[in-house]
Amino acid sequence: MGSLSEMPVADTSTRPAPPARDDQTFSVVSARDLSLTFDTNDGPVHALSHVDLDVKRGDFVSFIGPSGCGKTTFLRVIADLEQATSGQISVNGMTPEEARKARSYGYVFQAPALYPWRTIEKNIALPLEIMNYTASERQARIKRTLDLVNLADFGKKYPWQLSGGMQQRASIARALAFDADLLLMDEPFGALDEIVRDHLNEQLLKLWQETQKTICFVTHSIPEAVYLSTRIVVMSPRPGRVTDVIESTLPKERPLDIRETPEFLEIAHRVREGLRAGHSYDE
Amino acid sequence: MMTSHNTRLPIARLLNEWQALGALALAVVAIASLPLMAADAATPYGATETGFILAPVIVAALACFVTSSPVTLAAILFIGAHGAAWLLLSGLAGNEGKATLAFAALIMAAWLLAWRCVTALSAIHTASKPADKLLRLLIPAIFGAWLLILWEAFTRGAGVPFILLPPPSAIAARLVTSIPVLFDDVRQTIFKAVIAGYAIGCGAGFVTAILADRVTFLRRGLLPIGNLMSALPMIGVAPIMVMWFGFDWQSKAAVVTIITFFPMLVNTVAGLAATGPMERDLMRSYASDYGQTLVKLRLPAAMPFIFNALKINSTLALIGAIVAEFFGTPIVGMGFRISTEIGRMNVDMVWAEVAVAALAGSVFYGVIALIERTTTFWHPSNRGG
Repeated sequence: MGSLSEMPVADTSTRPAPPARDDQTFSVVSARDLSLTFDTNDGPVHALSHVDLDVKRGDFVSFIGPSGCGKTTFLRVIADLEQATSGQISVNGMTPEEARKARSYGYVFQAPALYPWRTIEKNIALPLEIMNYTASERQARIKRTLDLVNLADFGKKYPWQLSGGMQQRASIARALAFDADLLLMDEPFGALDEIVRDHLNEQLLKLWQETQKTICFVTHSIPEAVYLSTRIVVMSPRPGRVTDVIESTLPKERPLDIRETPEFLEIAHRVREGLRAGHSYDE
Repeated sequence: MMTSHNTRLPIARLLNEWQALGALALAVVAIASLPLMAADAATPYGATETGFILAPVIVAALACFVTSSPVTLAAILFIGAHGAAWLLLSGLAGNEGKATLAFAALIMAAWLLAWRCVTALSAIHTASKPADKLLRLLIPAIFGAWLLILWEAFTRGAGVPFILLPPPSAIAARLVTSIPVLFDDVRQTIFKAVIAGYAIGCGAGFVTAILADRVTFLRRGLLPIGNLMSALPMIGVAPIMVMWFGFDWQSKAAVVTIITFFPMLVNTVAGLAATGPMERDLMRSYASDYGQTLVKLRLPAAMPFIFNALKINSTLALIGAIVAEFFGTPIVGMGFRISTEIGRMNVDMVWAEVAVAALAGSVFYGVIALIERTTTFWHPSNRGG
């Protein structure tokens, strides 16, 4: 299981700025004065406005805020699924487009987006096929990632034969299958019920510690953000901007009942205050 | 189901067996209006024969009220209804047009019993797979058989002129004696014209859709022309194709190509656009190139659309090839046979040809539907099976 942490090292040579990679202070994502404006029929919409942010290697950063605050847009800019209107952003020291073409990140969407004509195994194999991994390498990685998300017995099933939580776990396995040390997650558990969500949060933390990936995680649940993150980015809408960045003081080991400790509640309180401040600014 | 059946009110139980009640009432009507054949019939039914026909109808109808097992009931009804129908039809020989009200009442009674037999069969729940499969075949088979029985009884019993509607037995006899001719026609029309035209038309539509998807100017230029092609009247195109490609099957294949091209083109274009934004973003996040996205995402997602076109085209192709043969053909082919035999008043041959065309069309469609079920099993509309 721990072997996955070695995976990112495998293709160091294909990426620029190799010395910085092992440095804990290296900014995996670095945004300076980043703005994005959508031109709609109702006039321009300022989805992101002057965002400055750094995500360090190994960070677990949550983006939280009401809908329309640009948290998903920011994630999509990192992934080169959306292009910024002005400002700079670098991903792994490259432009987002270069980073995407270097396959530097795995993206987990709001819905599992598994292909119904492929089994779970074949779905995980999809990025590996596109990136020309050999058949034996594919098999090894499928097995490893299925173990990692506890779906070892379900590889031969079709997505529509599994529950929503299992499907989302499979989509996480798919994002982990190739050598990207950055994981972008866009409200991956938003559609799941509370109990499944708790369970997956716990598993995700464990997975993050095992793989030492950098994770950017969009959510609108305060407990989820506080429980998972090393840093919480609070955002507010119209225009979408960062109102607060909170460093978590919680230890790395986090059992589920840490959510009842005063420390946890204090951070949650600060996040709520930040969200409220951002909101009153507008209305 | 069956337990609640027995606790129901007697009246409700009685009305529930309306087919049996109807059959009994019709049997009474039949007895009141005996004999079964008009007085001048050549070989009328004897009293014993009439009894042999009445007995199974009455026994089977009464069995509906006393039998609770659907299997036993279905068996009794099956034998009763079909035994009576067989005796009635076989007695018609030489007595065409001489059937009386009693005859009609009895055939209707047998039909009602067959109906009740089908409902009894549908109520059978079996765990064994082959038995279930047999049941699923038996029910539509009884349905189809009764269509033919009623058709036969009506045309021969009432003496419908042969030229208007020949009885199915005559069509079947003609079909069997003309097998070599029919086979030649099928080979000419289906194995040559339809298969070739279908393959070329569907293939060209598919390739054009991919090209139109890839190249913007083709999409802007070709799709309107594709629309125009679909609006071309087949009747007008067929003689032109005969001029271009000669009298043999090639001109019919050309007509089939033209009419199958457009459905495949539009369906494939629609299918290629059927992927969701999330699926496409996923491919983009992998830095997947155009060809990879096409093969791994867009074509699989388009398969249900493509199969739709293949199914629509399977029937269109057959119709197209047959109609095209009306405009010049060598002296073989299904369309040629229909157009010449109707001119010679050989309606039974026309019907035989129509039956073969219907059978061939169903087989064609069925094969494609079967391939569809095995390749797009993942689609929500196919998952149930």
